[in-house]
Amino acid sequence: MVAYIVRRSVMLIPILLLISLVSFAIIELPPGDWVTYQIENLRASGIELNEDEAERLVKMYGFDQPAWKRYIRWMRGILFKFNFGWSFQWGKTVNELLGERLPLTLLVSISALIVSWIIAIPIGIYSATHQYSVLDYIFTFFGFLGLTIPTFLLAMVLAWYIFKLTEFAPLGLFSIEYMDEPMSMEKFIDMLKHLVLPLIIIGLNGTGALIRVMRGNLLDELKKQYVITARAKGVNEMQLLFKYPVRMSMNPVISTIGWILPGIFSGEVLVSLVLGLQTTGPLLLRAVLAQDMFLAGSIVMILSVLTVLGTLLSDILLAALDPRIRYSAAAAR
Amino acid sequence: MSDTGRGDLLLEVRNLQVHFYLFEGVVQAVNDVSFDVHRGRTLGIIGESGSGKSVSAQSVMGIVPSPPAKQLAGEIRLHRATPDGGIETVDLGRLDPRGQEYRDVRGGEIGMIFQEPMTSFSPLHTVGDQIGEAILLHIPDSTPQSARERTVDLLRRVGIPRPDRAVDAYPHELSGGMRQRAMIAMALSCDPALLIADEPTTALDVTIEAQILELIQELQDDLNMAIIYISHDLAVVGGVADEVMVMYLGLVMEHADAETIFDEPLHPYTRALWQSIPKIDGPLEQLVPISGNIPNPFAVHKGCPFYARCTERIQGVCDESPPPVLEPRQGHTVRCFLYADDVDLASNGAAGD
Repeated sequence: MVAYIVRRSVMLIPILLLISLVSFAIIELPPGDWVTYQIENLRASGIELNEDEAERLVKMYGFDQPAWKRYIRWMRGILFKFNFGWSFQWGKTVNELLGERLPLTLLVSISALIVSWIIAIPIGIYSATHQYSVLDYIFTFFGFLGLTIPTFLLAMVLAWYIFKLTEFAPLGLFSIEYMDEPMSMEKFIDMLKHLVLPLIIIGLNGTGALIRVMRGNLLDELKKQYVITARAKGVNEMQLLFKYPVRMSMNPVISTIGWILPGIFSGEVLVSLVLGLQTTGPLLLRAVLAQDMFLAGSIVMILSVLTVLGTLLSDILLAALDPRIRYSAAAAR
Repeated sequence: MSDTGRGDLLLEVRNLQVHFYLFEGVVQAVNDVSFDVHRGRTLGIIGESGSGKSVSAQSVMGIVPSPPAKQLAGEIRLHRATPDGGIETVDLGRLDPRGQEYRDVRGGEIGMIFQEPMTSFSPLHTVGDQIGEAILLHIPDSTPQSARERTVDLLRRVGIPRPDRAVDAYPHELSGGMRQRAMIAMALSCDPALLIADEPTTALDVTIEAQILELIQELQDDLNMAIIYISHDLAVVGGVADEVMVMYLGLVMEHADAETIFDEPLHPYTRALWQSIPKIDGPLEQLVPISGNIPNPFAVHKGCPFYARCTERIQGVCDESPPPVLEPRQGHTVRCFLYADDVDLASNGAAGD
């Protein structure tokens, strides 16, 4: 098991290098850079820059260097000084910006994942064991609604309704009166109140699909011979359900952790924009628009790394849960 | 049917009727099936796929999926030994299949071996865990430690090498034959009075099959266990069974002791079955297949369900009303008009070989 984890971790190194290359390339792809964007902006507002001034700016930010040199400089900073670069747009280091935003993004995403599991797995189990019952149809109906309604629309409508009914505006992370206060119990509770709606909306986004996956898997497992064998032993039906088929049908659910994370991140961008949450989503959007390349590149890279780590995590969990995966991993060595 | 004394009789199935209510229609899986099982003896049930042999056995176990299946009629009387040495009779058909009482019987009094050793165990749990589960459920005062010891003993008894290691093995680490041995160990884990073997060797090769059959018979002698052995393999049933029941489309066509039914089969279906298997000794003969196919399972037959394929059918009789169950010899029953006295065979001229 330890050898398996070590082996999988070592395999990550080339993947991570590739991710950094691709992230950098994506940022380089559009024509122009931060300086040309700035010059355009200045020109648009009527200020004319002379050639010397423009060249000075280009030199100052290092844009006269070839792309591969800039890539190596960027990677060196990350690897040796854990320095992700400078955000031109904010006039701050990328580390500082992400330090503010990333914890909240992770908090929202992971809580949303947990919310969707807590809702979807019991419903999936119920739907499979009571196939074609009235409740199964009702859950199926709402599951499909959850699958099809765009999250940003749901966010807008719900935010408006909550404001209408309770006079509480579930926008941003803190109410105005706490905005500049130091952290306190009241401020924390205020934050939790603001987090409920985004969590439900982002969580529900994945719930519909997860219910279908869980229901389908469990229906398949319930027909398997080992379930009948267990029943023939005289095992109580409830114990049997959770010990054998439910555990088996969790496998595909666990293996989705890896690719559910990016889904939640991208769903979260729109919801965060609508609800004004200070997460990395809106930050990335603005950085890309302004060609704030080190910031955008760093966010793309960190999200990709998190996705890869999520996949690794789900693989390790699978190996822990299913002896057949441990076995084939041992055989492959 | 011979009744060899109250103490010997273990299970009486009377007029069992199980239908499956499916979207496409009703399947009369088991119709009017009756049989007795005696301690220490083996009843073989022979039939093609869809003959109702497995559903009959599953009804005894209470594991027929319901819905869509429904037991419409019949009794399944099990004569259980009580702790004080007496005999108590329960009608299993009336118990809640998920209830405590039936779960005591299932896996305790009655053990079952299934057809597919490859899928009969959960791949996520060790063999020892899955056998031990049955022991913990049914053997009073057992602890995880005692269950483990008993499991190792059982694995040794069914001939698994190094049982102290196999107990911690996952099913995928065992071969098909070993898994079926482990399955037998599981079925026998709580000293059942009745063992139901539903085609236990179908998925195995012939050498392993012989070993498994031998093992089952050895264990039967040791434990004085009754066995219901279900198979479509006539040679296998001929080798293990004391009495044989032949089923076709949910009906028992013929029922006699093994020697009689193989030497002097009465029903045209049984005879056709016998003609369709090659014999190792004796002269080479052309095999005679049974013409036609098994009828659509949703079809309802006014007369005999074998009518369309029967070489000795009596037109106007066999297709008009259901054939009666007759007993031309003591202990030999057959469901066929050919042995009825009051049918005028001469006027139809279709009787005889």
